[in-house]
Amino acid sequence: MRTGAFLFFTKRAFKDIRSNRFLHMVTIITIALSILIVSAFGLFFTNVNDIISSWKKGVRIMAYLNRDIEKIQLPELKNQILALPGVSSVRFISRDKALKQMKQQMKRQASLFENLKENPLPDVYEIRMSASTRNWEKVEILAAQIEMLPQIEGVEYGQKWLGRVTGIFNLFKFAGIVMCFVFFIASVFIVANTIRLLFYSRHEEFEIMRLVGATDGFIKGPFYIEGMIQGVLGGLIGIAALFVIYVMITSNVEQGVSSGYFTLRFIPIKISAGIIFCSMFAGWLGCYLSLKKFLTY
Amino acid sequence: MTENSNENAIIRMFHVHKRFGKKNALADISLDVESNEMLLISGPSGAGKSTLLKLLYLGETLSEGQILIDGMNLSRIASSRIPILRRKFGIIFQDYKLIPTKTVYENISLVLEVKGMKSRFIQKKVNSVLRTVGMEERLNAYPPSLSGGEQQRIAVARAVVGGPKIILADEPTGSLDPESASVILDLLKEVHDSGATVIIATHDREIIKKSKGNVIYLREGRLEKPSKSRTEKKKTKTS
Repeated sequence: MRTGAFLFFTKRAFKDIRSNRFLHMVTIITIALSILIVSAFGLFFTNVNDIISSWKKGVRIMAYLNRDIEKIQLPELKNQILALPGVSSVRFISRDKALKQMKQQMKRQASLFENLKENPLPDVYEIRMSASTRNWEKVEILAAQIEMLPQIEGVEYGQKWLGRVTGIFNLFKFAGIVMCFVFFIASVFIVANTIRLLFYSRHEEFEIMRLVGATDGFIKGPFYIEGMIQGVLGGLIGIAALFVIYVMITSNVEQGVSSGYFTLRFIPIKISAGIIFCSMFAGWLGCYLSLKKFLTY
Repeated sequence: MTENSNENAIIRMFHVHKRFGKKNALADISLDVESNEMLLISGPSGAGKSTLLKLLYLGETLSEGQILIDGMNLSRIASSRIPILRRKFGIIFQDYKLIPTKTVYENISLVLEVKGMKSRFIQKKVNSVLRTVGMEERLNAYPPSLSGGEQQRIAVARAVVGGPKIILADEPTGSLDPESASVILDLLKEVHDSGATVIIATHDREIIKKSKGNVIYLREGRLEKPSKSRTEKKKTKTS
């Protein structure tokens, strides 16, 4: 499309929007609501993803020692662990110290420890990783290497519950993608319906335009631009509304939910731009579906 | 009216038939219209005058036969070329066909906009044509606020603004008072004098008398013998 034609169509599209304000406003608001819901999912996933990543980064490996290990073997074992790639520090927690800590943490359930004949806890090494090893795959490799050591009975690094949380998150993610798709389709049909209504209301006008030599492109051009404007405005309003809600929520509760691991953040600019682009595409597609049936000579 | 080669003909019709269901609206029409000819198609209501005009700009499709317009064969025309065909015409419709939601200026400028003209040129051209039809002060008015005569003048302005080769006028004075009808006829004569081919479908005898154009008669979809004047003029041209 030539620049001149594009500007001409854009001018006509804005004029048409002004003439049919109410219909366009309803469509834009409906698209904005869809975008608000979709981007709310985006916001949720962005932050949950951050939380899971920060949990994974802050993870430490607890290596439980065999009960029959001699104290004399401990320095050698510590050196063995420290020699493994990615390990930054190793701290020994004796079984007695562990039980003491446990009793302190569970003061209200002190009766549980009253009949304890012997300490059931093993000695343990708390292993922290260097910054370069703080990703999940490397932690898993390191944990496997430690577990292979003969003095080690087992390792624990939150793999079970993190696996469960990740599983639930992925399920939500899938549901979110399905929801996004549903709202995309809904937006497409809303725009298609608006354009169809506008088209029927101006049918006579287009018939006259064709009789004086207007091409299909000349008649359809402004509609496509109208559809895209609806999409972009709906997208912008939806994202802006979410941002306002986000600011309201974070200004009140951020201190409470934020921890050393992560900070709440808004959807990244690239994803926001992607959502607005999808919204614009929905507008264009709605027009295309609506107009492809009409205006054939 | 001939089937022989006619280099001056801008429109050539060969055994044209148009049927609506079982009804023959036009039957076996063969006709040449020469460039810069003023042709009046006369006949009673329902004779097929409007249908004949519609076939020319593909408002209706042919049932049989062939029509050539300025080198374009309407039986074989691709749909993408229909707008190009229609831009060769300036059409004055019986019911004016002005867009009620657009101003007088917008209705006329539309013809130039579809051709991709620049807005400065459009403005100049539209103002000039509005002056010609004496409607320059009503450029911001909407068609429903105009009288029948004024609407018809706008329709004429829209038909001529693009400088078309052919003007088709379907009962251009049908619903007008004699004074307005005379203004419209004068405008059409001016367009004809400027070099355009003008085809008028009318049953108004006054127009036929005043126009001094060639006349053909349609009756029940068939072409009757051409008027004396058309035959004589053709003979004079040939000799």
